Amino acid sequence: MQVDLRILRYDPERDAAPHWETYAVEAGPMDRVLNLLHTVKNTMDGTLTFRRSCAHGICGSDAMLINGRNRLACKIRVEQLGRRISIAPIGGMPVVKDLVVDMEGFFAKYRTVMPFLVNDAPVPERERRQSVADRERFDDTTRCILCAACTTSCPSFWARPTYLGPAAIVQAHRFIFDSRDTAAEDRLEILADDDGVWRCRTTFNCVTACPREINVTGAILEVTRAIVARHS
Amino acid sequence: MLLRYRGGAGMLAWAFHRIAGVALFLFILLHVLDIWLAAANPGLYDEVLTVYASLPGRIGEALLGAALLYHALNGLRIIALDFWPRLTRYHLQLWYACWVVFFVVGIPGAYLIIAPALGLPGLKG
Repeated sequence: MQVDLRILRYDPERDAAPHWETYAVEAGPMDRVLNLLHTVKNTMDGTLTFRRSCAHGICGSDAMLINGRNRLACKIRVEQLGRRISIAPIGGMPVVKDLVVDMEGFFAKYRTVMPFLVNDAPVPERERRQSVADRERFDDTTRCILCAACTTSCPSFWARPTYLGPAAIVQAHRFIFDSRDTAAEDRLEILADDDGVWRCRTTFNCVTACPREINVTGAILEVTRAIVARHS
Repeated sequence: MLLRYRGGAGMLAWAFHRIAGVALFLFILLHVLDIWLAAANPGLYDEVLTVYASLPGRIGEALLGAALLYHALNGLRIIALDFWPRLTRYHLQLWYACWVVFFVVGIPGAYLIIAPALGLPGLKG
């Protein structure tokens, strides 16, 4: 079948502003949007620019605004979208070119929450052991692939770009509730800031956007509760 | 982005909450003004009351009640989510429950507010 693929194009060296261009692409219902983008780039317009790496929903590099919602181009199928598909870069981020956005601010926020295990105790001879229940406490948030689909779907982030955003809070959650980690207090202090968890307005856009089906809003509210519990 | 993004029910719930909140704030400003009139200009205050009692005025009051009711019910939903984050798995069902209560309470409430302007029987028959 033929699919009308509308893509928001922008080349800062040529264009004054982003503009839509439409491509008629032959596609099957099981094709991924990423296949369609490859078809355009390889056979119609080689200047089309987008990110992709693994193409299997693991690396998180091809999050885009597809038919009005953030999704991974390599996961969403044509049959889920219909014959008219629009693609724009994820929102609230500076556009470098076409569908590529500058992710530096996103990763800077990610680094802010200390996304690594902190434990100054002497390194044990074998692994740091953990019960099944302790592992389950943060199991959901270990699945984040840092695609930024959640953060860039959040109205609070659009309105206040300094907000740490759902992805950074999810990454913090993964370590705050890890029984082996000892820096939860430091992370909670960071997230209790003006640009931390209080900006969440429970719109659940992050939950519907997450390609890994993480309960992002639930994680944010668990961190919020942990911050409040420190003072009670 | 706000108008371009196709958010789900959660985003709608938030948008309605904001709109209802702004509407309530504007009414409070209006209410402060009309109460001030009661002392400053009693004649004008009486005229304002007749506007409130007219059909458009009562429809406005019914809409005000709707904004208040939605804001209160969704506010309870948000409080529940804040206290019990596990309920986030059921946020849609909670929102639907808000709407059930909204209509069960709101429809008779709106009738009682508007009925007198239409000459229909109210609470006092």
